[in-house]
Amino acid sequence: MNVVAPTKVLAKDFASDQEVRWCPGCGDYAIVSSVQRTLAELNVAKDKTVFVSGIGCAARFPYYMATYGFHTIHGRAPAVATGVKLANPELDVWVISGDGDSLSIGGNHLLHMLRRNIDLQFLLFNNEIYGLTKGQYSPTSRVGTQSPSTPMGSVEYPIQACSFALGAGAHFVARSVDTMRQHLPEVLKRAHAHKGTSFVEILQNCIVYNDGVYAAVTEKDVAEDAQLHLQHGQPMIFGKAKNRGLRLKPGALELEVVTVGEGGVLISDILVHDETNRMLGMILASLEAPNYPVALGVIYCKPGPTYEASVAVQVAKQAAKFSKLDVNALLRRGHTWTVAP
Amino acid sequence: MSTAAALKVERPKAERRALESVVVRFAGDSGDGVQMTGGQFTEAVAIAGNDLATFPDFPAEIRAPAGTTYGVSAFQINFGGTKIFTAGDAPDVLVALNPAALKVNLGDLRSGGLVITDSSSFNDRNLRKAGFTNNPLKDGSLTKYRIMEIDISKLTLEAVKASGLGQKEGLRCKNMWTLGLVYWLYDRDRQATTDWLNQKFTESPELARANIDAMNAGHAYGETAEISGLEAFQVPAATLAPGTYRNVTGGEALSWGLVAATQLSGLKMFFGSYPITPASSLLHSLAGLRPFGITTFQAEDEISAICSAIGASYAGNIGVTSSSGPGIALKSEALGLAIAVELPLVVINSQRAGPSTGMPTKTDQSDLYQAIWGRNADSPLCVIATRSASDCFEVAIEAVRIALRHMTPVIVLTDGYIANAAEPWLIPDFGKYEKIPVTFHTQVEGFQPFLRDPESLARVWAIPGTPGLEHRIGGIERDYDSGNISYDGANHHRMTMVRADKIAKIADTLPEQKPEVGKSGGRLAVVGWGSTYGPIERAVLNVRERGGDVSHIHIRHLWPLPKNLESLLKSYEQVLVVEMNTGQLRTLLRAEYLIPAEGLNKITGQPFKVADIEAAINARLESKP
Repeated sequence: MNVVAPTKVLAKDFASDQEVRWCPGCGDYAIVSSVQRTLAELNVAKDKTVFVSGIGCAARFPYYMATYGFHTIHGRAPAVATGVKLANPELDVWVISGDGDSLSIGGNHLLHMLRRNIDLQFLLFNNEIYGLTKGQYSPTSRVGTQSPSTPMGSVEYPIQACSFALGAGAHFVARSVDTMRQHLPEVLKRAHAHKGTSFVEILQNCIVYNDGVYAAVTEKDVAEDAQLHLQHGQPMIFGKAKNRGLRLKPGALELEVVTVGEGGVLISDILVHDETNRMLGMILASLEAPNYPVALGVIYCKPGPTYEASVAVQVAKQAAKFSKLDVNALLRRGHTWTVAP
Repeated sequence: MSTAAALKVERPKAERRALESVVVRFAGDSGDGVQMTGGQFTEAVAIAGNDLATFPDFPAEIRAPAGTTYGVSAFQINFGGTKIFTAGDAPDVLVALNPAALKVNLGDLRSGGLVITDSSSFNDRNLRKAGFTNNPLKDGSLTKYRIMEIDISKLTLEAVKASGLGQKEGLRCKNMWTLGLVYWLYDRDRQATTDWLNQKFTESPELARANIDAMNAGHAYGETAEISGLEAFQVPAATLAPGTYRNVTGGEALSWGLVAATQLSGLKMFFGSYPITPASSLLHSLAGLRPFGITTFQAEDEISAICSAIGASYAGNIGVTSSSGPGIALKSEALGLAIAVELPLVVINSQRAGPSTGMPTKTDQSDLYQAIWGRNADSPLCVIATRSASDCFEVAIEAVRIALRHMTPVIVLTDGYIANAAEPWLIPDFGKYEKIPVTFHTQVEGFQPFLRDPESLARVWAIPGTPGLEHRIGGIERDYDSGNISYDGANHHRMTMVRADKIAKIADTLPEQKPEVGKSGGRLAVVGWGSTYGPIERAVLNVRERGGDVSHIHIRHLWPLPKNLESLLKSYEQVLVVEMNTGQLRTLLRAEYLIPAEGLNKITGQPFKVADIEAAINARLESKP
C-alpha cells in the first residue's frame, strides 16, 4: 500500500475560482497574494478560516479566497465578524476593510471591536480615497485632496488609522505596505499569532483615483530614508547609510531625527523600540513624512485578555448558580402556586 | 402610641362583601416604589387563586421632579374570581400618594370609586406642582367619589420608629403602608411580601424591618380604624385549570421561550442587543441565563446588535436581536442582508409609541407596516405577533422554529404593554414540546450555498468549519444555480421570486385561522393582533352574552397570513379591525383580500378599554338588520 505524503499547501490553494475584478495595477492584487502566501506558510485549515468584509474595493477580497467568506454591508464587517467569532471561537477570523468602510461609515464598529479585543485579524487597506464610488475624498485623505466632491480640495483633517486604533485601546497595531512582499507576510504572521484583535494598516495604492499617494514613502529612491522598520528590542535606525535614528529630544516629549556619529550622537543615544510601550507606540504611529520616517512593522503589541475568554470565565462561574440547566426548573423558579384538580 | 392602636376596634371578617372582580390602581411619584408595590400585590392575589391582569404605566424619566404630573407612575391590576382578560377599564380603587397622582389618574376612576390619599402630601407646594388651584380634598370637587384621607406619612413614620430609620428613609416605606392597607381591604396574605422584603434586604435588616412594620401597620389600620366608607371585601378564587402557576411578564416569557428554543434545537443562541426602552428587559433576563448556551452581547449600537447576530447565524448559532421601533429602523439594512443571504434570524420588536422617540414607555402597535414592508427592495420575511405575556413563551419558540426551518429572518412583534404586564401562567411541561430539527449541510458533492429544499425552498445551511464546503456569500445578487455573484437581470427576477415564494410557503405549515370565540360566518368579525387580544376577547364575550352575533379573530401569523384567512373573513357581513395604530392591519387585509374592513383605532399609548370596543361592536350590529 502506498503511503501518500501530505501535500504541501500552496498559496494558490487559497485562491478561489472567481475572476478577480480589481483594476489592473491595483495594490489589492499584491495584498491578496501576500495573504494567500501567509496562510499557506502558516498551514492554516481552509475550512476553519473565515474572511469577513464590508463594502468597497477591498471588501471584494473574500470572493478571491478559497476559504469561508462573508461579504456584508458597508462598515459593519467588525460587527458581523464579532458575531462569527463569539458564535464559534474555534474559527480563525480575518476582517478586510478600507479607509472609508472602517473609519467613516463603520468607525463606531471598529472602535468597539478594538476595545473589546475580540481575537481576530483586522486588515485596513488604506488608499486615502473612495474607489468604488469613483474617487471622493475619504476620512484619511490629506487636507486639500481634490476629488469630485471636493473640487477645491478637502478641508477636513485626516484620521491617522494607527493612532485611532491605539486610541481605541487596540492591543496589537502594525503597519505595512501593499507591495512589500517580504515585509507584509511577516507582519501578517505576527498579527495571526497575536491573541486578541490585531490591527494592521496596509498602505495601498489606488492606481485610478489616488495614484502615487504614498510615493514619498514607497518609491525605491526614497524608501530607505522615509521608512522606519521597527524591530522590538532594536534601536530605531533607518536611512540609506543605516545611520539615522530617532531619539528622545532632551527636555521635551518629542522624538527627533538624528544621525549617529554627527554632533556627538552615539548609537546608544538612539531609542530602542519597545513594542509593549503604548506611549511610545502613540508617538511612532503618528510619525509622518517629510519630517519623520513612517513607522512600519509592529508598532504596539501587548496581549490582554480577549473578550471571549473573559466571558467564558464568567459563564463558567454563572453556571454554578444553576443546580441543573433544566428548562422545567427554570420556569418554576421563584413564586409558584398550585391549583388542585 | 399609634393612631391605629388607639382606634383598635376589631371588625369580624364576616362583614366582608363578596366581589366578582376588582380593579385597583396604585399611583405616586416615580420614586415612590409604585411598580414594586403593584408587583407585590400581584403576587399576593395570584397566590390567593385569583385570575388577574396588570398594567404598569410609568414615565420615561427615571426620577422626574417629585410632585409633578409627568413624574407620576402607576400600576393597575384587575383581579377576580372569573376569567380576567384585561387590566380593567376603570379602577374601583385609586391609591394616590400625592396630588399629582390624583390629578393624572382621577379621570379614569369609576363613579363612586374609592380614593385613598396621603392627606399630608396635599400641601400648598404639592398642590401647586400638580396644577391644582384649590385643594380638591376640600373644595367639594370629588363628591362623585369616596375619599379616604389618611395621614399616611405620619402613620408610616410612627410605624417605622422601632427600626431607627430617619425621616427621609422612613417615608420611603409609605408604599408598604398603603400596600398593607390594600391587603386588608381585599383580605390578602402578607407573608409572601414579608418573605420577599426579608430576602431583598438581607444586607440591611433594619430596612426589611421598617418596611414590614409599615405594611403591618397599614393592615392593622384597616382592621382597627373605624372609618366610614372603608369597607372590606372578599374576592373569591377563580376557577382555573389545575396545575402549577406563576406570574409572568412578557419580557420574562420571551426570554424563557428563547432558552427553550435553544434546548429544543440543540443549537447555541447568540443574542445581540443595544439598550432601548421597553426592550431592554429581555437583554437583562437573558444575561442571567448564559449557561443555557446563550451568548448575550451588548452591542455598541442597533446595527452592530443585528450584524453580530447575523454573523453568529452564519457561524451556526441561532442569531437573535431585540429592540423597539426606532432601533428596528436602524437594523433594516442588515435585515436586507439576512434576507439576501438567507440566514435564520429572530428580530424582536417591543413596540412603543412613535414616530422617533415618541413616548418610549407607552405602548403602541404601529410597527406592522415597518415589519412587513419597511425595507428597501422586495425583501420579504416572516412576521408573527404575541398576544399576551404568557403567549410570548410559545411565540419565541415558534419564531426560532420558522427561522431555522425556512432559513429566514422572523420578526416578532410584541409591545411595551406585553413586555411589562404580568399575568398568571399555567406553567407548561417542557418535556412535551416538539424538538426543532436542524441539519447542517455536510455533503461536498454537488454543493453550492443556495441549494434549496424543493418543498420549503429553504437553502442549505453550511457553516464555517465544515471541510470541503468553503464558500462565499454576500449582499451582492447571486446566481440561482451556482451561488456565485451575478448581475444578470433574468437571474435577479428569478431570485426575487424565489425569495418571495419561500416566505409564502411558510403558510403551508401554519395552522388554520380559527375564531377565538364565535363561529365562522355571521354578522361581524372583530379582528385583532398582538396585545389587543384581552380587551377584544372580553368585549366580544360580553356582547355575545347579550345575544350579539359577533366573533373574535386574532391573528398571530401576520406574514405570511394563514391560508384560510381570506375565506374566513369573507364569511362575515362586516369586519372590524381593532388596532392601536391608524389602521395598519386593516390596510393589509384590504390590500390582500379586497374586503371592506373597517377600523377601530386608538393611539393614546394606553390599551383599549373593553367598553370602547363593545360600543363599536354594538354600533355595527345595530347599523344593519
